[in-house]
Amino acid sequence: MRLQAVDVRLGYGDRVVVDGLDLGIEAGTVTTIIGPNGCGKSTLLRALGRLLKPSGGEVLLDGKRIDRMPTKEVARILGVLPQAPTAPEGLTVADLVARGRHPHQTWYRQWSSDDEAAVGEALSMTGLGDLGERPLDELSGGQRQRAWISMALAQGTDLLLLDEPTTFLDLAHQIEVLELVRRLHGELGRTVVMVLHDLNLAARYADRLVAMRAGKVVAAGTPSEVLTESLLAEVFDLDAKVIEDPVAGTPLVVPIGTRPHA
Amino acid sequence: MSTALAPPRPPAPGGVRATYRRRLLVLAGLFAALMVAVVLSVSTGAKPVPLPEVWHAITAPTGTENDIIVRSLRIPRTAIGVLAGIALGVAGALMQGHTRNPLADPGLLGVTQGAAFAMVLSIMVIGVTSLYGYIWFGLAGALIASVGVFALGMVGGRGGPTPVTLALAGTAVSAFLYALTSSMVLMDEQAMDVFRFWQAGSIAARGGDVVWQVLPFIGAGLLLALINAPGLNTLSLGEDVARALGQNIAVTRAVGVAAVTLLSGASVAACGALSFVGLMVPHLARPLSGPDHRWLLPYSGLMGACALLLADVVGRVVARPGELEVGVVLALLGAPFFVALVRRRKPVRL
Repeated sequence: MRLQAVDVRLGYGDRVVVDGLDLGIEAGTVTTIIGPNGCGKSTLLRALGRLLKPSGGEVLLDGKRIDRMPTKEVARILGVLPQAPTAPEGLTVADLVARGRHPHQTWYRQWSSDDEAAVGEALSMTGLGDLGERPLDELSGGQRQRAWISMALAQGTDLLLLDEPTTFLDLAHQIEVLELVRRLHGELGRTVVMVLHDLNLAARYADRLVAMRAGKVVAAGTPSEVLTESLLAEVFDLDAKVIEDPVAGTPLVVPIGTRPHA
Repeated sequence: MSTALAPPRPPAPGGVRATYRRRLLVLAGLFAALMVAVVLSVSTGAKPVPLPEVWHAITAPTGTENDIIVRSLRIPRTAIGVLAGIALGVAGALMQGHTRNPLADPGLLGVTQGAAFAMVLSIMVIGVTSLYGYIWFGLAGALIASVGVFALGMVGGRGGPTPVTLALAGTAVSAFLYALTSSMVLMDEQAMDVFRFWQAGSIAARGGDVVWQVLPFIGAGLLLALINAPGLNTLSLGEDVARALGQNIAVTRAVGVAAVTLLSGASVAACGALSFVGLMVPHLARPLSGPDHRWLLPYSGLMGACALLLADVVGRVVARPGELEVGVVLALLGAPFFVALVRRRKPVRL
């Protein structure tokens, strides 16, 4: 297990969102967390990425308590891309991606050839090689999202947590981002955990699905194990048919309508 | 927004290296501009001193009238103007960066009112009469007020103060101290006299000892600002991204607040309420530097010093044989300039 949540309790102030949750992320897999709005999936991802400190239980990175490791050391192993991040106006793509090198820099040694190489590689990986000097605010939504992913790639971490990386993107741009994730996993052997809303895309691009409802993990396993008609009813209060995706052979959800939760 | 609709923009030739060279050139240009401002400040005034005589006074003084004017008045005045200008420019850029608020100025931390309160108190209660004396008190007041604001801003917050709690605490503490100061100066004529000149903001009649008095504080503040710049760059991507990149948010904020306190506390104590420099200058520097604080901070510092010295020179020339306080000139010239700037190009979103 590379990353593990052990009996964690998570919340904001007095409001508890997740209680007594266990989850393990294996090396070299793409795990996607699904669940209805407000079920605590982003909260869980933030805790896995030490952006939120659990009020109970612990998060382990390679078997060590993540909150006891120096945060800069964690940042060399684990990258997190929060939901809908914002950048100051006028920041160029290359400058944004270069900021991903922060964990590898000290205040007296700001820029090295390693940094240069990592930034170049991250830009070409995401197909932004020609757009390096463009300000972020002049890009399309898909390009901008790729630029942020590029920043997380330049960080050079084995583990990557992405919170809804496809939000606000049209279908073609969603596919573009998820294809990139697949390449990260396939070509570079990265371990990826993401939160997605689109169940069919989640099924197609993940090795493992984790379904959550009301702060609890309801099911975890391969997409075909998890995405069943009974689970959709239980987790999403959704009446749906599950058929085989004619392209990828993964489960495909065809909604019928909502229904009251039993 | 699509790629096709984005305005075509010629790619910067040479990429990162060329950008670096261009930024160094701008830095050199700003430094040259500051040198011009220094020369103007040393040679201009109620009695103009020709440049050869300025040189004479600096290198081989023989006690002529011009020698005395240059050495005992103009040079300390210029030096304090350069120091305070750099300090306020850098403090303003830090403050706007940390709060991500383009209207933030260093006074937001309560330093201005803290300094005013302590100075007036020292005059009324202890009977301090020399400028040298109440600058110490002003400095102490600025530091204490800022620490108080930081502590108040932490109450109820998780993981250190946020920009919002800092701004709220700063506003409340400032208003409270201002009320106390006002009631004191209404009771004491001598304190009133000092206070009204301090409030206008001036760098006139500061001796060389004042320069040495504030130098260590401003030096320490500049060092902290330099250390703070990379962290501030990651913070400008949002707290979550900064944390993900391994930045310790609480430490970065504390270093930033310490730098702003030292810089603006020292200059406010020595020169009075000149916080307009801190508000305006970063907006002039940002179009040149872009959003990288490693360049924005030095640019703001040099431009702050230029603005302060040039405004002071104008103040010495327009009302001969009298003088206009530099704070008055800065506000009179700076405000319309600032409005024009903001109307012509929208201020950069932080």
